[in-house]
Amino acid sequence: MARAVTSRRKIINTAAAWTVGLLIFFPILWTILTSFKTEATAIADPPVFIGFDWTLENYATVLERSDYARFLWNSIIIAGGSTILGILVAVPAAWSMAFVPSKRTKDILLWMLSTKMLPAVGVLYPIYLIFIKLGLLDSRTGLVIVLMLMNLPIIVWMLYTYFREIPGEILEAARMDGASLKEEILYVLTPMAVPGIASTLLLNFILAWNEAFWTLNLTAAKAAPLTAFIASYSSPEGLFYAKLSAASTMAIVPILILGWFSQKQLVSGLTFGAVK
Amino acid sequence: MATQSSRSAARLMMAPAVILLLGWMLVPLVMTLLFSFKKYLPLRGGDLGWVGFENYVRFVTSSAFWPSVSATLIIVGGVLIITVGLGVLLAILLNQPMWGQGIVRILVISPFFVMPTVSALVWKNMFMDPVNGLFAHIWKFFGAAPIEWLSQASMQSIILIVSWQWLPFATLILLTAIQSLDREQLEAAEMDGAAPLQRFGYVTLPHLGRAITVVVLIQTIFLLGIFAEIFVTTQGSFGTRTLTYLIYQRVLESQNVGLGSAGGVYAIILANIIAIFLMRMVGKNLDQ
Repeated sequence: MARAVTSRRKIINTAAAWTVGLLIFFPILWTILTSFKTEATAIADPPVFIGFDWTLENYATVLERSDYARFLWNSIIIAGGSTILGILVAVPAAWSMAFVPSKRTKDILLWMLSTKMLPAVGVLYPIYLIFIKLGLLDSRTGLVIVLMLMNLPIIVWMLYTYFREIPGEILEAARMDGASLKEEILYVLTPMAVPGIASTLLLNFILAWNEAFWTLNLTAAKAAPLTAFIASYSSPEGLFYAKLSAASTMAIVPILILGWFSQKQLVSGLTFGAVK
Repeated sequence: MATQSSRSAARLMMAPAVILLLGWMLVPLVMTLLFSFKKYLPLRGGDLGWVGFENYVRFVTSSAFWPSVSATLIIVGGVLIITVGLGVLLAILLNQPMWGQGIVRILVISPFFVMPTVSALVWKNMFMDPVNGLFAHIWKFFGAAPIEWLSQASMQSIILIVSWQWLPFATLILLTAIQSLDREQLEAAEMDGAAPLQRFGYVTLPHLGRAITVVVLIQTIFLLGIFAEIFVTTQGSFGTRTLTYLIYQRVLESQNVGLGSAGGVYAIILANIIAIFLMRMVGKNLDQ
């Protein structure tokens, strides 16, 4: 009897959750579906869901025109470069905070996080000016630097939380065995920290890939990544729904899949450990 | 345990990150502060000297200021109410036993990974377009006249788009918090005869209090800075010019750097007030 009730509840839960889930996911699904339609089908009245002639022509058109490859390459370089550079700077800092903490460690960590709270628009012009002076405007190098600095607090934070979970006794044992600091980091710590570093890498790559304040304001034709490429569809090309959808699908699907893999680390990474 | 040498090595290893962030914070901040006290028009004469607090006064007294403050508050408030409200309900729903929980979770968090320019454009064209948008089709199906969403209901439209982007964040964090709730506590309440609504009000909600505060604080900081969603939809027209967008227009569009910088200083102060509360909560957690 009790069993029947719970299984009926489970069916209701399942139906409700799937309905809500599909509703939330629908704009993404609709974009992906539209990317395989012809322009005429894309604006058909009434709208067509799946019963249409699937075509890849939009992808071909988007890839042909507008140097899509260059925008994609810029996105990869900017997101990848800023993340890797950030990790190189953050690993030693997080290591020392986790294993040689001092009285000030907590204050430094909180201060680092507070720089993340600085509104970008408040420092837009100085950065713009510095970029012009240094010839960094519309350059990938400039964006790599800015996005690295922007995400550095999160990277340090995430690595710190991972490192802190590594038991100190192991390091002490290595030290007793005569391992130098370098060996300790290279052979003992790094292998244990690889999963943490990997998920930090993943989450920050996603954040940098989707960043849309600095990438829109500091680039023009040369260094513009996919965020700016899509923004260029705002008018009047946006009226070509199928092509807009194809371009959008290509810009979001790889990140979506990476995102699904990183969902476990998402919460602690984004709340700075305030929610576990 | 830590020796003197390992301590100085630790300081050395922290140095690059600290110095970089210090520069990233201080240099632009000092420049913004300096500009805010100057009449500075890069395209019309450049640096025209010190003007004291004139920019601060002008920014606040300009006719665009109060509308931008109210637009900001309405967007931030609206998105917070929707994402936290729906987020709590969704988190409770997703925490129930069901089939395919993992897949539903993936469906729900997906919007968070969509780049802001894509989500704004997809909503603007494929859903909110008054002729070919999906909403227009639905409205016509029910015999209603399609709405010109981004001009007639501009604020609601922006709030809808931004809420869609942030609902996954709120849901995910609240779900994590719910999962740490002690099952036994809920069962005990059930044994004592507490109705579902009472269990929610007296056990679940208090437990979620901390997570809700964190969601509100973090989202507020990011929502104060939303840019791409407005940039590709209304460009600040139809009453959607937020404080961030107003400052952006002053600085880059009309190239009045002094005035824009004064606005920037206001934005920084505002964000800092919220950040202090957030930092306190994070700090408390660090002590544990």
